[in-house]
Amino acid sequence: MYAFEYVKPKDLDDAVALLKNHEEAQPVSGGQTLIPTLKQRLAAPTQLVDLKHVHGLSGVTHDNHHVCVGATTRHMDVEQSDILHHHIPAVAELAGQIGDPQVRRRGTIGGSLANNDPSACYPSAAMALDARIHTNSRMLMAEDFFTGLFMTALEEGEVITRVDFKIPARAKYMKFPNPASRYAMTGVFVAQFHDEDGVRVAITGASEDGVMRHHGLEAALNANFHADAVDAVAISADGLMSDLHGSAAYRANLIKVMTKRAVSAIQ
Amino acid sequence: MTSVSININGVQKTAEIADNTLLVDFLRTEARLTGTHVGCDTSQCGACVVHVNGHSVKSCAMLALEADGAEVATIEGMADADGSLGVLQKAFQEHHGLQCGYCTPGMVMSAADLLKTNKNPTDHEVREWLEGNICRCTGYHNIVKAIQSAAAEMRG
Repeated sequence: MYAFEYVKPKDLDDAVALLKNHEEAQPVSGGQTLIPTLKQRLAAPTQLVDLKHVHGLSGVTHDNHHVCVGATTRHMDVEQSDILHHHIPAVAELAGQIGDPQVRRRGTIGGSLANNDPSACYPSAAMALDARIHTNSRMLMAEDFFTGLFMTALEEGEVITRVDFKIPARAKYMKFPNPASRYAMTGVFVAQFHDEDGVRVAITGASEDGVMRHHGLEAALNANFHADAVDAVAISADGLMSDLHGSAAYRANLIKVMTKRAVSAIQ
Repeated sequence: MTSVSININGVQKTAEIADNTLLVDFLRTEARLTGTHVGCDTSQCGACVVHVNGHSVKSCAMLALEADGAEVATIEGMADADGSLGVLQKAFQEHHGLQCGYCTPGMVMSAADLLKTNKNPTDHEVREWLEGNICRCTGYHNIVKAIQSAAAEMRG
């Protein structure tokens, strides 16, 4: 690791000021991606600004339409949240499939969303559940937040404070994990709403541009919410990742299989 | 350099360290507790698992400064006061839950965390919990047996 200064502000304004005043400062929360990245010398921040001790950024609450998860809420806290088990169990199940127990004890939802790894699980939940992503300065809809591979709309010095998931009628996340890394080779989050949102299908781990919605699958499932409806949908391999773990065509097939499994589990 | 003070197995250890010091390096080089191992160094293998404030974490993916003021438990703290093996350690020995032994400190610390909250886990739950601990010798069967035997003994 290159040398850096570690600071742990208690106040959001202080954290944002630190990030804005030091050009190469980097926020850290659980560090389960960032610390391994630093160890490989793939990043060289001058300051690490630890957000874990900032008041008011952790915890799960809800209102009539949303479950609100603080940015520094750890994966294991999401996995064990009574509120999520009651209102959106699919999100708790998703959190329980991230990494391993020790990673889930440290890693946070804000860190995962801000990193926007193309194989991370949370971005699919945010897209399918029409999430509102709050930062220190504004609110962004998930669809405007994720802008490409490891890219988000976050500006320098802007930090996520909370994410609000819209409560669906029913939802399910199905993931085909890479057996070594546990990252999604392809993960599909299917959510059905009883309002104009209808069915939303978000896919992670497959596209070269990161998380995406699949409008073909959504249209088919809006017409007939049944696993059989998925068979008729053509899934293009264009723009899907091809790597040593699987070809684009393999991932296109995984999208179909994981979508069918998700729909079967809740239809 | 920054001052850090961590209670390790009941003993307070204070030192001046570089901010980028990993917890595992602090434990091994500053506190001279080399029972905690570095296997993959990419936070996949779990040989470096210790408890921070009672919960298992990978000490190779955490800064020592993040544990400032915390209570850390390592494999050295698992033995009884007279130095004889603790229940989990004895169970690993009796059930041949190790061959080369490199992963064992992490396995024991991880299992100890599981048994705090789940006193009567199924084999499946044990295996799921050990997802972040890799053993290349045993094939896991005897590790699961050892943990189940220790769990039974702890239940009494």
